[in-house]
Amino acid sequence: MNRFAELLDRLVLTPARNGKLTLLVDYFRTTEDPDRGLALSAITGDLSIAAVKPAMLRALVTERMDPVLFGYSYDYVGDLAETVSLVWPDPPPHLRRNRSPSLGEVVGALQAASRSDGPTVLARLLDGAGIEARFAMIKLVTGGLRIGVSARLAKQALADFGKVEVAEIEELWHGLKPPYVELFAWLEGKAPKPEKAASALFRPVMLSNPVEDRDLERLDPVDYAAEWKWDGIRVQAVSEAGLRRLYSRTGDDVSGAFPDLVDAMDFSAALDGELLVGDPAAATGTFSDLQQRLNRKAVSPKVRERYPAFMRCYDLLQLGDQDLRPLTFTERRRRLESFMLTLDPSRFDLSPLAPFDGWATLDEMRKNPPHPVIEGVMLKRLDSPYVAGRPKGPWFKWKRDPRTVDAVLMYAQRGHGKRSSFYSDYTFGVWQGDAGEEELVPVGKAYFGFTDEELKQIDKYVRDNTIERFGPVRSVRADREKGLVLEVAFEGLNRSTRHKSGVAMRFPRISRLRWDKPPIEADRLATLQALLD
Amino acid sequence: MRPSDLLRPRPEGLYCPPGDFFIDPVRPVPRALVTHGHSDHARAGHGSVLATGQTLDIMALRYGVDFAGSTQAAVLGETVHVNGVAVTFHPAGHVLGSAQICVEHGGTRIVASGDYKRQPDATCRPFEPISCDVFITEATFGLPVFRHPPDTQEVARLIRSTEQFPERAHLVGAYALGKAQRVIRLIRDAGYSRPVFIHGALSRLCEYYQSQRIDLGDLRPATVEGGKKGDFAGAIVVGPPSAFADRWARRFPDPIFCFASGWMRIRQRAKQGGVELPLIISDHCDWDELLRTIQETGASEIWVTHGREEALVRWCELQGIAAKALHLVGYEDEGD
Repeated sequence: MNRFAELLDRLVLTPARNGKLTLLVDYFRTTEDPDRGLALSAITGDLSIAAVKPAMLRALVTERMDPVLFGYSYDYVGDLAETVSLVWPDPPPHLRRNRSPSLGEVVGALQAASRSDGPTVLARLLDGAGIEARFAMIKLVTGGLRIGVSARLAKQALADFGKVEVAEIEELWHGLKPPYVELFAWLEGKAPKPEKAASALFRPVMLSNPVEDRDLERLDPVDYAAEWKWDGIRVQAVSEAGLRRLYSRTGDDVSGAFPDLVDAMDFSAALDGELLVGDPAAATGTFSDLQQRLNRKAVSPKVRERYPAFMRCYDLLQLGDQDLRPLTFTERRRRLESFMLTLDPSRFDLSPLAPFDGWATLDEMRKNPPHPVIEGVMLKRLDSPYVAGRPKGPWFKWKRDPRTVDAVLMYAQRGHGKRSSFYSDYTFGVWQGDAGEEELVPVGKAYFGFTDEELKQIDKYVRDNTIERFGPVRSVRADREKGLVLEVAFEGLNRSTRHKSGVAMRFPRISRLRWDKPPIEADRLATLQALLD
Repeated sequence: MRPSDLLRPRPEGLYCPPGDFFIDPVRPVPRALVTHGHSDHARAGHGSVLATGQTLDIMALRYGVDFAGSTQAAVLGETVHVNGVAVTFHPAGHVLGSAQICVEHGGTRIVASGDYKRQPDATCRPFEPISCDVFITEATFGLPVFRHPPDTQEVARLIRSTEQFPERAHLVGAYALGKAQRVIRLIRDAGYSRPVFIHGALSRLCEYYQSQRIDLGDLRPATVEGGKKGDFAGAIVVGPPSAFADRWARRFPDPIFCFASGWMRIRQRAKQGGVELPLIISDHCDWDELLRTIQETGASEIWVTHGREEALVRWCELQGIAAKALHLVGYEDEGD
């Protein structure tokens, strides 16, 4: 338990992806089964334990200490799980155990507990553990580790640990169960690769590279097909042997959020495509509309009716018993087109090809797409098989030019790792209010897009123009006369109730520093609001 | 004699009317008794200063030899009389030279403990509980949430991290007097024999510790002269916490910030400060140690100087011990 607790603590405070991977790989290497597999399942969200409610936790601790002292403590720390882990009294010496329980023992005890005796079991476990282990236990039972590690990152760590491709892990993942003993045995070279036991497994997806300078001049347009790039989320619909699963592009099962779409999956195949909302024939909804359906465990019938989900399909990976992935794009596309005729047209439609006669025409098409929910074009090599990962050459994405806005730097925060002595994360704002009474309102935050040399210049600017400091954050002078204007590029704009400005940018980054521009000439909020619809 | 006639808070600090002296005054006064060399307790410009020899040395290092009109070295355990008041210095275990000051007059004995800790520390004499009528304690970590782990365990984590991330420099933020030397000494006691690099702000104090026969091993300046960035890969670099937010830190490859402080017990504190590897090492007592010390002194009354007084006062009340907060101002929280 102590090793798991230490892992959690370090992961929370390690911002860099590579640092997290090192910590995870080391943990997998030095921890025994079943603990490492249980830790993995806790991180990926696949571990189920009966929950203990915060009020119950509070009751447990105030039975054991002065409630006033607990109140002072909780006020100071702010986090219930952390406070309880710190103040929990050690049992008298004769009742102390001489060793801390393993993660396996803790999980076993918690899983065996019924909902009613859960708190008692938890209290007994807390009695037998140190501060760090208590914190980890409370996190397990209150749900949500919040350590900044996605399931995808955990799988990457497994791949690094076993020196295999992450696609292999993803393909196996849904057939495996905690504590993943056979998976670790394979990764350590002690056992053969686990057989794909279950049906309706995820197939690792094929990804594209962005078109960069001079890419196209080396390619012949006749070798490629083009499709519109729809602004939804990539999904894979797999239906086999009576099992239906809708996966995200990283292999997370999202079926629960889209029962309407899953109901229509009455086929035996694996489809690749874009999840969108609306009516495929008449009106494709925007990404903001789609967000009404994302990241929800359950969807109300009202929302389902207002934002019906459908899938715009562009590839067929499996049909009946046949794995189509080794076939060429042309072959797969032919089968996809005829297969689509058999599906419910209100839930599945075909992503149309976009014929073009040369790169110049295609360039025009991507800049002026025929539909607002298109964000560019995709290029797919006609003779390419479907391969996992992001090979350079077969698939390209060529996006509509990003939108830009001139905003004023308002706050800067110190970065991490290599950037920890640099103010490298920038919050910027645009003007609102009547002429003469303009105020800056924050509209986003960006931490890349600039060169190392530009970073040094901005850092110096921040240090020289600080007006207030809050921990690692500095507020920077930004008024009509004095301030740094940043040209910010972004992919899209959503309505947001969480931000004061009412808008949220997607994928913002600094595209240019406008040292020349007076701050008052930066953009106004109205300019952004006009881009919303 | 009533305790409040023997010692009482004044804006300058704790004042003893019969002895006409102050303990750890925060402003210049004619006669000062100083518990230890941290700058919030030991200030320059007093008429005369009575403190341990090591504390006087440290004050001279920091402020120059003429930091006070006159000085007198107190010997631990030996009583001197100041205007008829018996004054005895006893070790406090806080930093090198630190002492508690026991003041006795008219049958009343008060111990002003200054800052103190109970964890073992190879760089200073351990705290000795002194029985008294009134015990004056700080409460920097006076909340039940502060429970310091063994310092050896924290340093073991640091050394393990240097093995886990051999390509990155480990920058350890530590207060220049006391904490830095204690951390270096702990690193040595853990068997780490490679050079430890130090920030310039630490060099004179480290030299002084070594002159007092506290072995800190091979210390080298953390400068890039003649060296390259890569030279610090996997190295341990110790400096004052403020330096790490500074441009100074740019000379190190992909640094991991470590901060040695009791505050690191609170995750949010670590997170806000951008600390990747918090080391919970404090030169103050944790909650359990404060309670134990109060009980060991047998004092019937507790005065709390600075820190989180309300929780400690509450605990004393629950135990039936009289307690009050003195609300002294001018003393800082550790390492902030």
